[in-house]
Amino acid sequence: MLAMNYRGPYRVRADHKPDPVIEHPGDAIVRVTRTCICGSDLHLYHGMVPDTRVGHTFGHEFIGVVDDVGSDVKNLKVGDKVLVPFNLFCGSCFYCKHELYGNCNNTNAQASAVGGIYGYSHTAGGYDGGQAEYVRVPMADVGPHIIPDDIHDDDAVLLTDVTPTGYQAAEMGDIKEGDTVVIFGAGPIGLIAAKSAWLMGAGRVIVVDEVEYRLEFAKRWAQCEVVNFREVNDMAEHIKKMTDWMGADVCIDCVGGDAAGSIAQTLTGRLMKAQAGSSTVLHWAINSVRKGGNVSIVGVYGPTFNMVPMGNVLNKGLTIRANQASVKRHLPRLIEHIRAGRLSPKDIITHRIPLEEVSDAYHIFSSKLDECIKTVLIPPRAKDVSAVQASKSQ
Amino acid sequence: METSNQVDPHSHQHDHRGHAHEFQQDYPSEPQRPTREQLAHINGWGADLDRKDRPGVPMERTPPRFIPPPVDRLPQQEQTVEILTSTERPGITPIFGTVQPPKGLSGMIRRAAFRWSENDMRHWLLLLAADRVNVVEGIGEDLSQGKVPNVLAEMGIKAEWEHNRAGLVKKAVVAGAVLGTMVYLMRRRDER
Ligand SMILES: [Zn+2]
Ligand SMILES: [Zn+2]
Repeated sequence: MLAMNYRGPYRVRADHKPDPVIEHPGDAIVRVTRTCICGSDLHLYHGMVPDTRVGHTFGHEFIGVVDDVGSDVKNLKVGDKVLVPFNLFCGSCFYCKHELYGNCNNTNAQASAVGGIYGYSHTAGGYDGGQAEYVRVPMADVGPHIIPDDIHDDDAVLLTDVTPTGYQAAEMGDIKEGDTVVIFGAGPIGLIAAKSAWLMGAGRVIVVDEVEYRLEFAKRWAQCEVVNFREVNDMAEHIKKMTDWMGADVCIDCVGGDAAGSIAQTLTGRLMKAQAGSSTVLHWAINSVRKGGNVSIVGVYGPTFNMVPMGNVLNKGLTIRANQASVKRHLPRLIEHIRAGRLSPKDIITHRIPLEEVSDAYHIFSSKLDECIKTVLIPPRAKDVSAVQASKSQ
Repeated sequence: METSNQVDPHSHQHDHRGHAHEFQQDYPSEPQRPTREQLAHINGWGADLDRKDRPGVPMERTPPRFIPPPVDRLPQQEQTVEILTSTERPGITPIFGTVQPPKGLSGMIRRAAFRWSENDMRHWLLLLAADRVNVVEGIGEDLSQGKVPNVLAEMGIKAEWEHNRAGLVKKAVVAGAVLGTMVYLMRRRDER
């Protein structure tokens, strides 16, 4: 099969690899019809995630058609169209029983802090991802979600990570009516978080980024106020000024370890790797929120040490919430929002690129070329499917 | 489209710095909130204002709502390749990934890394080092299969050419100048 193949930092290509096989009675093999490149794939692409092995296939956001199932699979059959949440989870361990699907203890032998994630290095379990024609999907009775007929493929693929993660980011901020919410990062997750903040009754939504076209998109699509951090002296001071010197009620980090904006952080985090990525945004979030406010983190940081202004967290009495999204628990409500027209995730897709051109696709997304917001890759064997979908949606 | 900028309730936006005559009492004692009418134009505003409509941040919750009932004991996946396991959990998980097993020098470094727990910086630094070694191994692997990796293509030079031609030309000129200077300096040293 054709699959994305990681060769080293900033180097990926489309290659032929052996088809995946059933390795556990609970497995399914899914033929991929749509798969996205995610902002967190860029942390891998930049070589920042430990134990990312050469030959790895990325891609934790994908939908497809069930091609084969293991002997224990009861709820899925060959031919079912499914969206697959990015977390691998068993449904049976202590964490899954408590709906902490992002924290499953049975799918990652190589680390205990994080559960299994498709195509996300061996630190996240060593599973190949969906930027391929076929993918192995363990615990097929538990993870995959059958795509309802009235949900467009492009919305479905964005329900595997971006939409639930953005929504959960807003929810972890515990937004109350009228709250001022500041979102750091105008990428796909930040955009969905901004929309979700409105759904939860925010009074003001402010999105911060450095790239002008992304801010324009955020202003237009999420109807929010925007700040280009390159144009302000000091982030925390600027947010205080915008909020009558109170600070924001809620700050949300939708960036993680690849953040720009601070020389010291870039040097120690991104270049020297002396901390697990640059925690610039975490600093800004903690210092821009009002006392007693909430900070929500969905931006991905590495597992090693980070310099975080803990003193201010204590002094300001902050509540910090953070997690990988438990995709599965959000799906029913988010599908309701899409049906009701309150949320249209597919609007953020700006690029559709054949899987064969994966090197260029990564470069466009990573270097923010061609006003790219979100890229979908189409594997060659999916083209018939996407043509059918296109004619249906017209 | 009307943005929330235009319905901004914050009339109090002059710069406070340098206003020595202002006192603390000039600041509102409460955060300013826009009215529901001012927010009504935002599609879906407040649909999840009531917390019971929200799926819930993952806080521990039993029973789970959207999955099949848990089983007592998951079948164990058969181990066919070497899997490195964290020292912070006993044994191997019932389900695990089997792609890219450790091999070569990078594999030896990875094995060493897994002697330490995730709590130990050495674990992660060794893994990062192994990753760098692995990149060189990958080039060797390509060459041994008679394949010369097209590094520029893998880095997306086609996209750079299409969407950032000026930037690419600039980079090429800088690289050319650096290379030229190096050649010049080396020749001069040889001449001496
Ligand atoms: Zn993602
Ligand atoms: Zn589990």
